[in-house]
Amino acid sequence: MFRCHVMVCGGTGCTSSGSAKIMEAFEREIAINGLDQEVKVIHTGCFGLCALGPIVVVYPEGCFYSRVKEEDVGEIVREHLLKGRPVTRLLYEETVDQDEIKSLSETNFYKKQHRVALRNCGVINPENIEEYIAFDGYRALGKVLTEMTPDEVIQTMLDSGLRGRGGAGFPTGLKWKFAAGNRGKVQKYVCCNADEGDPGAFMDRSVLEGDPHVVLEAMAIAAYAIGATQGYIYIRAEYPIAVQRLRIAIDQAREYGLLGNNIFGTDFCFDIDLKLGAGAFVCGEETALMTSIEGKRGEPRPRPPFPAVKGLFASPTILNNVETYANIPQIILNGPEWFASMGTEKSKGTKVFALGGKIHNTGLVEVPMGTTLREIVEEIGGGIPNGKKFKAAQTGGPSGGCIPASLIDTPIDYDNLIAIGTMMGSGGLIVMDEDTCMVDIAKFFLEFTVDESCGKCAPCRIGTRRLLELLEKITDGRGEMEDLDKIEELASFIKANSLCGLGQTAPNPVLSTLRYFRDEYIAHIKDKRCPAGVCKKLLQYRIDPVKCKGCTLCARTCPAGAIKGSVKNPHVIDQSKCIKCGACMEKCKFGAISKG
Amino acid sequence: MKSLEELAAIRDKMKNIVNTREAGENNIRIAVGMATCGIAAGARPVLNAFTEEVARRELSGVTVTQTGCIGICQYEPVVEVFVPGQEKVTYVKMTPEKAARVVAEHIVSGKPVAEYTIGAAQR
Repeated sequence: MFRCHVMVCGGTGCTSSGSAKIMEAFEREIAINGLDQEVKVIHTGCFGLCALGPIVVVYPEGCFYSRVKEEDVGEIVREHLLKGRPVTRLLYEETVDQDEIKSLSETNFYKKQHRVALRNCGVINPENIEEYIAFDGYRALGKVLTEMTPDEVIQTMLDSGLRGRGGAGFPTGLKWKFAAGNRGKVQKYVCCNADEGDPGAFMDRSVLEGDPHVVLEAMAIAAYAIGATQGYIYIRAEYPIAVQRLRIAIDQAREYGLLGNNIFGTDFCFDIDLKLGAGAFVCGEETALMTSIEGKRGEPRPRPPFPAVKGLFASPTILNNVETYANIPQIILNGPEWFASMGTEKSKGTKVFALGGKIHNTGLVEVPMGTTLREIVEEIGGGIPNGKKFKAAQTGGPSGGCIPASLIDTPIDYDNLIAIGTMMGSGGLIVMDEDTCMVDIAKFFLEFTVDESCGKCAPCRIGTRRLLELLEKITDGRGEMEDLDKIEELASFIKANSLCGLGQTAPNPVLSTLRYFRDEYIAHIKDKRCPAGVCKKLLQYRIDPVKCKGCTLCARTCPAGAIKGSVKNPHVIDQSKCIKCGACMEKCKFGAISKG
Repeated sequence: MKSLEELAAIRDKMKNIVNTREAGENNIRIAVGMATCGIAAGARPVLNAFTEEVARRELSGVTVTQTGCIGICQYEPVVEVFVPGQEKVTYVKMTPEKAARVVAEHIVSGKPVAEYTIGAAQR
């Protein structure tokens, strides 16, 4: 019996900052101190507060150690694990209050969170099916198979109001209902979209890394509801930890008879296979994803027919996103009313956001729908670093748009976001401060979609490229006012005529920034000026001859040899040679160099 | 997996093990003094005895933890029991056998074992 559990985060964030080494160090030090029969070390999924990784949590005290280094481990073992004295200097500072250790749920980062999809992440060992079972795992599947009819399962999903968490927000129960006909008479499939590709989104990866069985269980429930016998998880090969944990989970589920034939002694048979995606963004689109599973080139096809009628291998198929699945066992166990009691009128439950960009607490947060952007950014996220001002938040990745500071009190749900010209998307939330150029941001996302366009239809292949060229013209200082009209016309054409969601939403970042930050576009065009000081072609670095002491440091720093001047005399930048790297400004001790 | 009972059996077995991670605010807390003085006097077998006894009886809402030196080294191993809403009880010169009795009488039945407390030892 272990009196103490040491949870070491094994999510991708903490793994890349060395948590595997820390885990080894714990095992070594625990053995040296003879505690190996008393203390258990567990590799978990993501705790969410990735900015403070590597993270180690010690139970039963619940002490939250942040930014742990390998050399700190000996001290934690000798002091905390052996003598019961938590190492205060390594504790997350928000949990330490005048020598008193507060519980994690009282900190600003966790206080307003409500964990449904992420409830097991950081709590269980994702590579041990019995730990998942200990936290009610597979009980929902058991209940569904032994106590409910398939139609009752679908009705439960409809009543819960759960909508797809992958982006479009389509009601999950309705999707299942469309695929429910002819149970047992035709081959059907249940698929999971784990091809998370939006820049800045990593919630699906974290669910798969931290709680892979929840997805398997929910897929089995979906299969029972529509009468499918085979499932596929389409996951990107760039998520090696998630892939490995899924493989282990599938093997364990088969071994325990939770996948395979006659599950729970019923007639229900279901199995799941993995399909690795090669990293094409378009394969997150449902028809392209299924085409790719079939072994063909990942390109979308027109809808209808919808996958519920004719999907994978031309059979009725349902496809849900990882986070959507992660909610389902809880809905079955706690009832649809419980789920529908959270959130807003038309958006029920919670949503996981991947907080990134100019924010203190980079990481994963799960909040009830209807939480305002201000609560997420200022309270949970800890605000913007370096005393800068909030300018906008980008949601929905390359398909979404910006929420400007004036709308920071908007309660976030599917419909409110659509109304203000952006979308929920998969839940990436990138915070931007006053140093961000909105034209540059629009260009960044458009570059992404131009790269990722599969090329099958002309509006997306050619249209997005032309749109990008117009933006480049503006950031290069060659823009004209009528370019703005051209952008709007071309954007509406691309939206209306593209084959799939990738093209149909590609102009959104441009349209949204144009809607809220038109003055910045105009400054680039009319004044040939980038107000945020980002667009290099519109920038000039200058040396103030009064402040310059002639120390020569800038001239020696300049990688392009663009700064001329002699000792103790003011220096000058040769604009034709300057590459606008900003190195001189960083080095100048007298604040003599400015940009603008 | 053939039945819900089979699943429940695994769940109950594992629940005991993962209970440690549910440090609820209203838990009964058993804190064993584990400073140098406590360890020297044999606090570790006492700590393990508490952990095992709590697990064996499948008690939930009980946290077994360590604490540092509380300054009465001559009475080590010292164990403090915090029941929410009640005054703390300090047991002294503990042994694994005494630990089992404290769990049975104090934690389960709610009657502190008076003869093991610091009050009895000082008399």
